[in-house]
Amino acid sequence: MNILVFIKRVPDTESKIRIRHETKAIVEEGLNFVISPYDEFAIEEALRLREAHGGVVRVVSAGKDESVAVLRKSLAMGADEAFLIKDAAPETYDGLRTARMIARAVERKFPGTDLLLFGKQSVGADNSQVPAMVAELLGLPQATVVTKLEVAHGAATACREIEGGAEKVALSLPAVVSAQKGLNEPRYETLKGIMAAKKKDIPVVTLEELGFGADDLAPQVEIIGLDVPAARQSGKVLQGDPADTARELVALLRNEAKVV
Amino acid sequence: MIAVFMETRDGKIKKSSLEALSEAKRRAAELGGQAVAVLVGSGVEGLGSGSFAAGADGVYVLDSPALADYSAQGYALALAEWAAEARPAAVLFAATAMGRDLAPRVAARLGVGLVSDCTGVAVMNGKLEFTRPIYAGKAVLTCSLRSSPQLATLRPNVFPLGEAVPGAGEVVRKDVVVPDGAVKGRVTEVLKEESCEIDVTEAEVIVSGGRGLKGPENFALLRELAALFPRSAVGASRSAVDSGWIGHQHQVGQTGKTVSPSLYFAVGVSGAIQHLAGMSSSKVIVAVNKDPEAPIFKVADYGIVGDLFQVVPLLAQELKKALAE
Repeated sequence: MNILVFIKRVPDTESKIRIRHETKAIVEEGLNFVISPYDEFAIEEALRLREAHGGVVRVVSAGKDESVAVLRKSLAMGADEAFLIKDAAPETYDGLRTARMIARAVERKFPGTDLLLFGKQSVGADNSQVPAMVAELLGLPQATVVTKLEVAHGAATACREIEGGAEKVALSLPAVVSAQKGLNEPRYETLKGIMAAKKKDIPVVTLEELGFGADDLAPQVEIIGLDVPAARQSGKVLQGDPADTARELVALLRNEAKVV
Repeated sequence: MIAVFMETRDGKIKKSSLEALSEAKRRAAELGGQAVAVLVGSGVEGLGSGSFAAGADGVYVLDSPALADYSAQGYALALAEWAAEARPAAVLFAATAMGRDLAPRVAARLGVGLVSDCTGVAVMNGKLEFTRPIYAGKAVLTCSLRSSPQLATLRPNVFPLGEAVPGAGEVVRKDVVVPDGAVKGRVTEVLKEESCEIDVTEAEVIVSGGRGLKGPENFALLRELAALFPRSAVGASRSAVDSGWIGHQHQVGQTGKTVSPSLYFAVGVSGAIQHLAGMSSSKVIVAVNKDPEAPIFKVADYGIVGDLFQVVPLLAQELKKALAE
């Protein structure tokens, strides 16, 4: 099975986000960047499918040169090959722009792919757009937000999370699947894996190679402003006898907050 | 004209789609245009009247036997074809499991941008201006779209429902041709969670537990508290989920769900930054924690410092009395 996994470099979830207002962008200095957590489930699922069915796992990231670090980590986890689609643009929050790059790369660079795996969303832009957009651009079926995946004989069955339950989706391959937490438990890199990953070459795919001219990828999303939300004020804290505090709290919820 | 995709489940229009329609109606009034509802499926005309009651100026039903079961491919084909012909200024979806699955496909098919999970929509210079949390709420993006139609998904539970109006009108039915082989994936089965509780993203009241609960069995305390409210759900911190005490679908925070209920109880939740990101947009936050220094108290409107095992049952008792009045 030929599997492609798409990953994104993002600030880790413990990060405090600061904004640089003149560029309408987040301040990257001092942030620790990681593989977007949902993408790790996608990598793990690809490795497990390779272990069960054989094949090749290739990992691709679109972004700046710094993304090489997360690609190398995916190699250390056990991926066979990694590629960087080099895009020097700052974050555009435009999923279609990324999806067009990826779809073109799949067509031109990775023919014969059986399964395209993604995280359900990047932690950051939180768009949840790219997997379904790539599927549409390539005319492939999709299952997004998947917590269980079975693949056999050119078809897949996926369980996707919906409100208050799950939905089973039957897909023919090739297909696009996006991973939700719960799909698996991602493995740690081994020392051997880390050493081997260091020696691997990570080829760079340029936008020119994919046939994009300077204006072809102009973002459709116009950023008007980027801010941190107004900080909540800490409110009333009650201490003392549990029965008294419970009574007092309910009175406040009723008379002051008016939510009960 | 602003169009809204009306999601149906179990033969009913979802509340979050009605919220999106209400918002469409308000913004369309500002723009001097109409708000229309679009249903997709097979034999769903009967649901059209509900959309009129919610304020729709028109209702379209895109019908084909091939659309009886939901498929992102089939639905996207129908909606994109309709939009190319009807040329709405905007198409809105609820940011539900289905909306988030479908809207990007429609956008890609139309070759237009999409704004996900909006918590605010305004009108600016004849266009829509969207506000949405990013980094799970650690930052807020305001943006518009250069492409047309403007596509967006709206977060459930944020946009108020409009007053029901006794309106009615003609439901316009369009037959959709879905070519053989155009749909290569479809939903074959819907599995309900046994407890059948509603999802945290749709709940108006959430009772969340963290490490302070000490074990999975103690989530029963939270379920009792939640059960006092209609449209309520039990949530959890990442550490409670990673300890295997409760399923990940209950997780609130940056690697879980971002929620905006009217009332959020954080019980035995210390308030790690990634949890706070996911729940800070709740309207009222109540914290119960034995540690007065816990970061959760910095965002809580009301807090009780105390032993949750004593406080929560007493709280449930008092709430029961108050709600019965």
